[in-house]
Amino acid sequence: MKPRVAFFSFTSCEGCQLMFLNLEDELLDLLGHVDIVNFREAMKEVTSEEYDVCFIEGSITTHEDLEEVKKLREKSKIVVAFGACATIGGVNAMKNFQPLEDVRRYVYGDKWAKYDTIPTMALEEAVKVDAKIFGCPPAKKEILEVVTAVLLGRKPLIPDYPVCVECKLAENVCVFERGMVCMGPVTRAGCGAPCPSYGGKCIGCRGLVSDPNNNAEKTLLAERGLTVEDVLKEYRMFDGLTEASK
Amino acid sequence: MTDQSVHVRHLTRVEGHGNIVVDAKDGKVLGARLDIVESPRFFEAMLKGRRWQEVHYITSRICGICAVGHTSTSVMGTEMALGMKISEQALLFRKLVFYGEQLQSHVLHTYFLAAPDFVGAPSVIPLAAKAPDVVKRALRLKKLANKLCEVVAGRHVHPIAMTPGGFLHYPAAKELKAVKEEILSYSGDIDETVKLFAGLPAPEFHRETEFISLKDPKEYAFYEGDIYSSDTGKAIKQIDYGTLIKEKCIDTSTSKHCSATRDSYMVGALARFNNNYDQLHPRAKHAAETLKIKPVCCNTFMINHAQVVETVHCFEEAIAVIDRILERGYDVNEEPAKPTRMSGRGVGACEVPRGLLIHDYTYENGVIKEANLIIPTGMNLENIDADLRYYAPKIITKPHNDVELLLEMLVRAYDPCISCSCHLLKVEFV
Repeated sequence: MKPRVAFFSFTSCEGCQLMFLNLEDELLDLLGHVDIVNFREAMKEVTSEEYDVCFIEGSITTHEDLEEVKKLREKSKIVVAFGACATIGGVNAMKNFQPLEDVRRYVYGDKWAKYDTIPTMALEEAVKVDAKIFGCPPAKKEILEVVTAVLLGRKPLIPDYPVCVECKLAENVCVFERGMVCMGPVTRAGCGAPCPSYGGKCIGCRGLVSDPNNNAEKTLLAERGLTVEDVLKEYRMFDGLTEASK
Repeated sequence: MTDQSVHVRHLTRVEGHGNIVVDAKDGKVLGARLDIVESPRFFEAMLKGRRWQEVHYITSRICGICAVGHTSTSVMGTEMALGMKISEQALLFRKLVFYGEQLQSHVLHTYFLAAPDFVGAPSVIPLAAKAPDVVKRALRLKKLANKLCEVVAGRHVHPIAMTPGGFLHYPAAKELKAVKEEILSYSGDIDETVKLFAGLPAPEFHRETEFISLKDPKEYAFYEGDIYSSDTGKAIKQIDYGTLIKEKCIDTSTSKHCSATRDSYMVGALARFNNNYDQLHPRAKHAAETLKIKPVCCNTFMINHAQVVETVHCFEEAIAVIDRILERGYDVNEEPAKPTRMSGRGVGACEVPRGLLIHDYTYENGVIKEANLIIPTGMNLENIDADLRYYAPKIITKPHNDVELLLEMLVRAYDPCISCSCHLLKVEFV
């Protein structure tokens, strides 16, 4: 029997599932190796309620999400956190730095109390996670690596060195040299540094490496004129659940 | 009493989480609506206090499917607020990437999300075995559209090179030429697409409504233009959107819906088609003829067909814009325009795949003080409910499965993007 694969999403933009559908060259091959049994964004049919591999996009941000994700965990042999919202909280964690009542009042006015929200959690704060696909959006290469690895039962090969390494290999002029600030020195590589390559800066969407030199990074940012508050904002865009952002 | 109520929990093949609820007894429909059960996301609150250079990074994450649309609208809002004028070259590239996203989104919706209903398949996956050529064509076209976005903006999902004031990076002319050649080579796939959907006629449906879209005297409006209503026959400036579009709270529910001249209005491909038909590319008009869609079309199911017409239009316009860029030449090292002030209010409005999108920002000292985002799916909700109330009684005596399928098709035709809209609407959980 082919492995039963399911996709679910919680608080997110569903761009990760789109990135899966964007594997245009590999999608049909991939479908030959697995049975996709539940994929609400793309399919109506639900052919199994138990999953060998469950890809979960999105952060956990409501009490209902929390209950649902626990149920999914029970039904799944392998849970893969899919994308920045699921692996590191991503942009959803920005709201954690304001009183949640204020956040709800600002968007929903006097009806705010009806809109449940809890401080944003990455998936592994709620349930056990077996593998992670980083990034906002995840790189195609990494999606394929993790999918292949979990299907073969091996550990995915995910870099644990900073984006700077890949940025140098791409022969980019350093973002700091271009007069901008950059999260590349502390952010996990694996994306191939597309943002600096297209004139931007690293915004930290893949999360921090496991041993980031945050003090050096914060000094670099401060040297470029950022206030303490602005330095924290750089961390908080995607990495608001890390100690370094607090 | 026979209970014919329908409750479709977590409607599939749409972006985000929504439920269709119809209360019916003895052949009488007592109520019909689409409930949105997506978790609230609070983007407006998260934008407060963020600097102007990074606002579009955050707003892009509202939606993976229309990331270019959100980014475009966001940088426009910031540019207006901070008095930045983009160059003609930047404007042409903005339009080019916009056409790329329309193509990507329309191909995804028409082939992957909508078409299976018309052929009685639950999804595109069984079609991959039954009609592999069709699925491969869809994948090819999607890939082409992604490639176009990639060349201009680095990638489609969360574009990189777009920034307030212009672009951080421009492609080399030879990359543009190569992508143009590639686009041209898919012309046959575009014809096949029209042929395919011409063979998938829409169910009968006719309900008049108000159609709202951008309107631009120069072209079929996606990126520039005033906000036009088919009811008033007038166009207003983007910054005055509040005089036409009203967000309202419903007494019986907590959802914010939108209305304009009448109780509900439609935005999206069909609204644009109806309002701006004359400006379509001749090949797109020809496609409309083949697809048997004429303005003013009041059949919601034909949003799908209007998307196919726009696919043809965007395909041709993408080629035309590349030609224009190459002909006039461009400076690959052009710097983005700089802000001329650090405080002010600005409104960006674009026609993203699902319709009019509005970002309204107030900046103080270069950071966001107030933000309001009005999303196409949010605007369409009231119209979706009105369609459900109109259509459910007409079909309620059909077998339950048929009723469910037709109502799903009706809502799916809007190509709803629920993650986007959930920041401003919510109804009771069923």
